[in-house]
Amino acid sequence: MDGLTLLGTWIAAILTLCILSFLYKDNPFYKFAEYLFVGISAGFWVAYQYHNLLVPNLIEPLFGSAQGKGALPLLLTEGQFDLRLLTIIAGLLGLTMLFRFIPKLAWVSRYGIAFSVGLGAGLFFVVFLQANCLAQIKGTIIPPVVITDGGVDVGSSLANSLLIIGVVSALIYFYFSKEHTGVLGGAAKLGIWFLMVSFGAAFGYTVMARISLLIGRMSFLIDDWIKGTLIALGLI
Amino acid sequence: MRSALVAIGWCILVGAAAAQTLHTAASVSAADTPEDAGGSIDVAWEASPDEAGEVFEVLGYEVWRATSATGEYRKVADVEPGKKSYQITDATAETGVDYYYKVKVLGEAFGEKMDADTAPRGPVSASPQWFRAGRLNMLIASIILATFILLYISKARAGQKLFIRRIAGLEAVQEAVGRATEMGKPVLFVPGIADIDDIQTIASVTILGRVATMIAEYDAELLVPCARSLVMATAQEVVKEAYLEAGRPDAYHRENIRYLTDDQFGYVAGVDGIMLREKPAANFYLGTFYAESLILAETGHSIGAIQIAGTAMPSQLPFFIAACDYTLIGEELFAASAYLSREPRLLGSLLGQDWGKVLILAFIILGAVTAFVAQFGVEIGGYSINLAQLFEVK
Repeated sequence: MDGLTLLGTWIAAILTLCILSFLYKDNPFYKFAEYLFVGISAGFWVAYQYHNLLVPNLIEPLFGSAQGKGALPLLLTEGQFDLRLLTIIAGLLGLTMLFRFIPKLAWVSRYGIAFSVGLGAGLFFVVFLQANCLAQIKGTIIPPVVITDGGVDVGSSLANSLLIIGVVSALIYFYFSKEHTGVLGGAAKLGIWFLMVSFGAAFGYTVMARISLLIGRMSFLIDDWIKGTLIALGLI
Repeated sequence: MRSALVAIGWCILVGAAAAQTLHTAASVSAADTPEDAGGSIDVAWEASPDEAGEVFEVLGYEVWRATSATGEYRKVADVEPGKKSYQITDATAETGVDYYYKVKVLGEAFGEKMDADTAPRGPVSASPQWFRAGRLNMLIASIILATFILLYISKARAGQKLFIRRIAGLEAVQEAVGRATEMGKPVLFVPGIADIDDIQTIASVTILGRVATMIAEYDAELLVPCARSLVMATAQEVVKEAYLEAGRPDAYHRENIRYLTDDQFGYVAGVDGIMLREKPAANFYLGTFYAESLILAETGHSIGAIQIAGTAMPSQLPFFIAACDYTLIGEELFAASAYLSREPRLLGSLLGQDWGKVLILAFIILGAVTAFVAQFGVEIGGYSINLAQLFEVK
């Protein structure tokens, strides 16, 4: 491990400990790490968004890159209309957001916001309808009793029936137009049981994944930091 | 003597192979890929008869492309043999450019490698289509759902009283805001970490408007830390509007709706810090959440705040259920704005969606019956009666 890597490991280890000190209570070490983290990451994201969003989607299509001419030079020098010129509309909508810095003209930013909200709602309508509706219906249209050459497949039949009952009862839980009483109430209660069992399984699964993250961090502290330092100092 | 006989035998066999030529691929066709956005061409052909023969071993096929019949051909695909017919999609084609395709059969006989080209097929060009027939079911579903929603919106606007069942998590909103007011502590509203084009963030910001009106009326303080600049801008507009509606524009503090960072865990560190220092009495976590859900909810729990969460992220709901006082599960988040505002447009939309759910339930139950019956080979007009195929989106 060279000197620079060792320095980086020490900084990362100290900041990790500062963040972990939150487990005790709020303290100046945590505050320092928090402010540093928020500030650096905010700055990083500005640069990231510029290089990964603005440059490939607006600046390069309009002004060109090493790969070829942009739409604006093509229009101005050769009089050729390129469809990439339409990115100007997106650019202008993005610019409206900057009007928030001028209080009297802050209302202009509403156009950009309205466009983003409308576009998001419209696009997600189709995505949700396909993934959360039609695909789910198709996945639930299965035989509750599975017939095979040898008769009834008990295991598959039980699994299919549970799936159908679970989906139907959970869907009833999300029915808002009627009070959940009587038969509807019973079905909704069964639905919430199904949901809770699935949440329990998801909880266990995710906790397991989080513990592996913690192990990763502990492994960094023990192997990279402590052992790495001892090796660098020639003590082991 | 023996080796001479073997050599003569080999010469006869190789001569016989040479006398026969490797057959080309049969029925080669090239056509624009149907129902796509352009930029791709389908090339199809039938297996060379030599795949079934004994003289040649077919090693594979190559698809070549050129922009003129006699131009320079460039390989676009390698295909393994072993089928009766083949189809590849050349997704590297440019829309509007004429192309010619050849399929080359690669063969081998007695250690000799050879190939056979078909005549060029073309010109063919890729073009986009306006309508995708494989998604007709999506269109029909959208129209049915939209019809239900519009019908109920018109009913609500006509003054018809529409009923929504009690949602416990939303009944608690007033209690949470009231508690914060009594304790003289702020209300923290976390709108998730997704951007404003996410449907859960849109739902969250809509709820924020209702909660902000309540907060303005109660004269409590509202804090909204945001992970996205657009969400912050939208939240500022919505809260400002809410304070105006409540007749308290003076109580609106723009700086309380602030941007922290786009970084997931940087944002969590910032929100946790706010919780520990400002000690809000009520925390709302509504929107899209990922791994940060439990960290936020646990910190909120540790400061003794009343917590109301809501998300449609199935993997995060367990954590909110475990650590919060009330949790809006999935669609309850989307129903919340209608529930809180009782605005006819939102109520009509919610109840219209309920009728969509009734239809879905009917299809699932009927579909399960048809799937069961289809196992016995029952068909209508040559088609399986299994309804599942109606919901396949291509």
